[in-house]
Amino acid sequence: MGKYILKRVGYMILTLFIIATATFFLMKLMPGSPYANQAKMTTEQINIMNHQYGLDKPTFQQYLIYLGGLLHGDLGTSFQFNNQPVSYLIASRIGPSMQIGLQAIILGTLLGILLGAIAAIRKNSWVDTVATFFAIIGRSIPNFVFAVLLQFFLAFKLHLFPIALWEGFTSSILPTIALAMAPLATTARFMRTEMVDVLNSDYIELARAKGNTPWQTVAKHALRNSLIPVVTIIGPMAVDLMVGSMVVENIFSIPGIGDQFVKSITTNDYSTIMGLTMLYSTMLVVVILIVDILYGLIDPRIRLSGSEGSQS
Amino acid sequence: MSEQADKLELTPDSFKRVGANDTDAQEKISAPSLTFFQDAIRRLKQNKAAIISFWLLAIIILISIVSIWWTPSDPNAQHVAYANLPPKIGNGIPGFTGQANVGGQLVDKYAQANVPKGTYYILGTDYLGRDLFSRLMKGIALSLLIGMLATLFDLMIGVPYGIISGWRGGHTDTIMQRIIEIISSIPNLVVVILMLLLFTPGLGSIVVAMGITGWITMARLIRAETLTLKTQEYVLAARTIGESPFKIATKHLIPNLSSTIIIQTMFSIPTAIFFEAFLSFIGIGIPAPNASLGTLLSDGQKTFRFLPYQMWYPAAAISIIMIAFNLLADGLRDAFDPKTNN
Amino acid sequence: MEKILDVKNLQINFATFAGQVQAIRDVSFHLNKGETLAIVGESGSGKSVTVRSIMGLLANNAHIVGGEIDFKDQDILSMTDRQIENLRGNDISMIFQDPMTSLDPTMPIGKQVAEPLLIHGQMNKAAAMARAEEVLELVGITNAKNRMKDYPHQFSGGQRQRVVIAMAIVNYPEILIADEPTTALDVTIQAQIIDLMKDLQRKIDTSIIFITHDLGVVAGIADRVAVMYAGKIVEYGTVDEIFYDPKHPYTWGLLNSMPTLDTHSEKLYAIPGTPPNLLDPPDGDAFAPRNPYALAIDHEAMPPFFKVTNTHYAATWLLHPDAPSIEPPAAIQQRQQLYRDLIASGQIGTFPQKETDKNVSN
Ligand SMILES: Nc1ncnc2c1ncn2[C@@H]1O[C@H](COP(=O)(O)OP(=O)(O)OP(=O)(O)O)[C@@H](O)[C@H]1O
Ligand SMILES: [Mg+2]
Repeated sequence: MGKYILKRVGYMILTLFIIATATFFLMKLMPGSPYANQAKMTTEQINIMNHQYGLDKPTFQQYLIYLGGLLHGDLGTSFQFNNQPVSYLIASRIGPSMQIGLQAIILGTLLGILLGAIAAIRKNSWVDTVATFFAIIGRSIPNFVFAVLLQFFLAFKLHLFPIALWEGFTSSILPTIALAMAPLATTARFMRTEMVDVLNSDYIELARAKGNTPWQTVAKHALRNSLIPVVTIIGPMAVDLMVGSMVVENIFSIPGIGDQFVKSITTNDYSTIMGLTMLYSTMLVVVILIVDILYGLIDPRIRLSGSEGSQS
Repeated sequence: MSEQADKLELTPDSFKRVGANDTDAQEKISAPSLTFFQDAIRRLKQNKAAIISFWLLAIIILISIVSIWWTPSDPNAQHVAYANLPPKIGNGIPGFTGQANVGGQLVDKYAQANVPKGTYYILGTDYLGRDLFSRLMKGIALSLLIGMLATLFDLMIGVPYGIISGWRGGHTDTIMQRIIEIISSIPNLVVVILMLLLFTPGLGSIVVAMGITGWITMARLIRAETLTLKTQEYVLAARTIGESPFKIATKHLIPNLSSTIIIQTMFSIPTAIFFEAFLSFIGIGIPAPNASLGTLLSDGQKTFRFLPYQMWYPAAAISIIMIAFNLLADGLRDAFDPKTNN
Repeated sequence: MEKILDVKNLQINFATFAGQVQAIRDVSFHLNKGETLAIVGESGSGKSVTVRSIMGLLANNAHIVGGEIDFKDQDILSMTDRQIENLRGNDISMIFQDPMTSLDPTMPIGKQVAEPLLIHGQMNKAAAMARAEEVLELVGITNAKNRMKDYPHQFSGGQRQRVVIAMAIVNYPEILIADEPTTALDVTIQAQIIDLMKDLQRKIDTSIIFITHDLGVVAGIADRVAVMYAGKIVEYGTVDEIFYDPKHPYTWGLLNSMPTLDTHSEKLYAIPGTPPNLLDPPDGDAFAPRNPYALAIDHEAMPPFFKVTNTHYAATWLLHPDAPSIEPPAAIQQRQQLYRDLIASGQIGTFPQKETDKNVSN
C-alpha cells in the first residue's frame, strides 16, 4: 500500500506541474491588461509597475519565478484587489466556501444514501418513484436556478432566511441546500443502482437462506457492500461542488473563493485566476487520491491484495 | 391423475407408436424471439416518462428549427420605451394581463407605456424592451445547438480515441489511458474557463472549450466496450480473414457500440446545455446581444426579485429540457441495458 | 421410514411479460429421514424453483398456485415469514450453485459461518466462533483457526464451496438442500466435495436433497432419484432402479447422454430438440415432441404414474397394459441386463419392502 501511495503522489505532483505550466503560458497569451486602471497610467508608470512585478523579464524566467513561488505557496499578487497577495486573498475567503461546501456534501450524501437505499429496498414502490423524481430534479435543474428560487421564495417572499448576507450559520442554510441538490441526486442514483445490484446477488440470497430477516440482511450485508463503491463518486461530486459554489456564492453574496473566481474572470485578474486554478486543481487531485486510498482501506479485496487494483 | 386416466378414452389407436412429432411445431409454440434492438425499443416504449420526454423534445426541437426563420418579433430589436412589460396574451388571461403590482396597486403597464392596442408580448419584454418570447425561442435554439455541437465534438474525438485505445491495446493503450488520466484530473471547468479567456467568447469557442474536456467519458466507455467486443467470435473471425481495421471498425464495432454511443450522447447534450448556461450566467458565455438560455437566465436573475417573470420562463425552459433529456437518456440506458434496472 | 419432508401437488407459476410461466406443474415427492434424494433434469426443468419453494425463497413474481410442503407435518407454504425465517439456516439449509458469488466479499468467513448460530440465538458469540472454526475444520479447511479472519477472495473456488457448506451445516440442519453444489467446480474438486457431503451426512445425520443435471454425480451420492422434466417429475425410484431399470424415455435419454465407462458408447449422445415452452405447455407428455418412442396418446394426454415396484414409478404411457412393448435403446437394454445379473447374483437387492409410496395412488 505504501508504495502505491507513493506512486500516486508522484503522479499527482506531475499532474499539478503540468497544470501549473499550462495555466502560466495560457495566461501569458491572454488579451487585456493586468492592471485595473491602465488607461489612466502613463507608459512610464506602466514600465515601473512591470519592473516591480517582474513582468519585464523574459517569459521563461517569469515562469521559473512563478514555479519557485508556487513551491513556497506564493501565488503572486492580484493587480485588481488592492494589490493583495493572491494567497492572502484566498486564505481570507476560503472559510465560507469550505463551510458551505462541506455542509452541502455531508447533507447531500447522507440524504442521498438514505434515499437511494430505501428506493432500492422498496424497488418500484412509491418511495422509489419519489426518490427517482428527486434524483432527476437534482440532476436536471441547474443549481443556480435552485439558488435563485430558494432565495426568491424562502428569503425574499417568506423572510425565513437572510437574502444575501454572510453572517454565520443561518445565512449558510440556503446556499447549502442549493449546493446539496446535485450531490444528493448523484448519490441517491448511484446508491440505488449499487444496492439493487447487491440485493440481487447470490450472497444476499444466501444471507436470507441463513434465516436473516430482510432488515437484518440489509443491515449486515447489503449496506456495506453497496456503500463501498459510493466512495468513488466523491471525486466527481467535489467537482460539481466547485462549479456550483461559483454561482451560488455569487447569488447569495458569500465572500468565498467561488465568488472571487467569478469576479476575477470578469475583471481579467489573471494572477488570481491562476492561483485559484491551482487551488481547485490541487483540491481535486488530493480528493481523488484520498478517495482512492480510502477505497483501498475499506474494501477488503483491495486492502489485502495490496497496491494493484485501484479503481481510477 | 389416475382419475384423468380413467376418463380418457383409450383406443388401440392411442397406443400406436408415432415417435417425436415435427420439431417445427415445437418452434411455433415458443414465443417469437426478438432481436436485441427490437427488444430494447419495446422496453423503451413501456417507459412512459421516456416517451413523453421524447415527444416533448421533438416539439422543442421543431420550435427551435422554426425560430431560425421566424420569431414573433426581432429578438434583438430594442424598444427602450417598452422596457420591462409584463406578459400579456390577447385581451388578458390570468397571469398574462399585462398588469403589474406597483406599490399594492395593479397598473396596466401596456397603457402606461403607450403600447398600441393589439400589440402584446406573450412573455413580456426585458429591460431593453426586447420581446422575451422571441428571445426564448432563439435562446432555446442556440442552447440546443451548443449542446449538439459539443456532443458532436465528443463523438468525433471520444469514439475513435476509445476504439483505437481499446483495439490496439498494449503500449498504445497504456499511453492513451495515461493521457486521459491526467486530463481528467484537471477540473474541466477550469479548462473551459481558461480556454474561454483565451479565445473571443462565442458559439465556436464555447463548443471547442467544452469539447476539449467532454470527450473523456465517451472515450472511456467506448474503450471498455471495445475491449470486450474484441474477444467476440465474429470480430475474431473478421480479423482472421484479414478484413481491414477500418472495415472492422465500421462494420462490426460501431454497430455494436451504437447503444453505448446513443445513451452517452443523450447524457452529454444536457451536460453541455448546463455548462453553456453556467458560463453565460457568470458572464463568459454567449456575448450580447444574442440570446441563449444562459444569458436569459443571467439577465433575468439581475431583476428577479422585482420582475420574476423574466427569469421564470427561461428557468422553466432549461429545467424542462434538462429533465426531458435526462429521462430519455435514463430510459434508453434501461432499455439497452436491462440489468441496470431490474 | 420417517418422512421428514412431504411435497404434495406443488404448482408454481411465474408472472412474466409474456404471460404465466408454469414452472412447476403438479410435483409431489417426499424425503425420508437420513436419506439423500437426488433431483435430476435438464436446465430449466424446475429443480431450483422446487427447492427454493421449500426455503420460501422464490422470486417476487412467483405465484404458488397450489400444493403443500409439509416439514414434520407443518405446511411451510402456510407459515408466516417469521416462522420460515426460523426454519432457514436452522432446520433447513441450502448450498448454492456458485461458490464464487455466494459469499459476502466484505465479511470475514469466520463471521459468515457463525452467522446462522447467532441469528437463531443458539449460543453466544465466542461459542459460535468456536463452533464455526470446528465446522470449517470439519469441511476440510486446513488451519481453520488462522483463516477465520480471512475474506472470501483469499480462498480458491473449492475452498469457498467448503466454506459455503460449512455455513449450511453449522447448525446441524435436519435437511440440507444442495442446488448443483459442484457444477462450478472442476472434476477432482467435485469428487472431493461429494465425498465430503457423504461424510458429513454420516456425522451430523441429516437428510439431503441433491440437485444436479449430471447423472454421473448421482450414482455416488443418492439413495433415491427423481427425474424432472418441464416442471414435472417423470420418474422416480431408488438409485439402482433409475440407473439400471429406467422406464421413461426421458430417463433413457439422460442416461445415454451420460459419459460412463460401462455403456461403451462411442459417441456421446444428446437428446434432440429443446424443452417445451412453459408459457403454454403441451397437453400430453411434455417430452413427447422429442420422444422417438412416443405413442399417439403421449401427444394427447398426460400420462399418470405407473407403478413399477413399490419404490419405482414412471409417468409414461409405455407402461400402460395396452401399450405395445417397445425395445429401449441398446445401451439401456445392456443396463437392464446387467441389473438382472446383479440381482440374480445377489449383489444388489430389489428392496421390495423398503418403503411404500403413499403419495401416488396407482
Ligand atoms: N423469477 C422467474 N421468473 C420467470 N420465470 C422463472 C423465474 N425463475 C425461474 N423461472 C423459470 O422456471 C423454470 C425452471 O427454472 P429453474 O431455475 O428451476 O430450472 P433448473 O432446473 O434449476 O435449471 P438449471 O439446471 O439451469 O439450474 C425455467 O423455465 C425458468 O425460466
Ligand atoms: Mg437451478
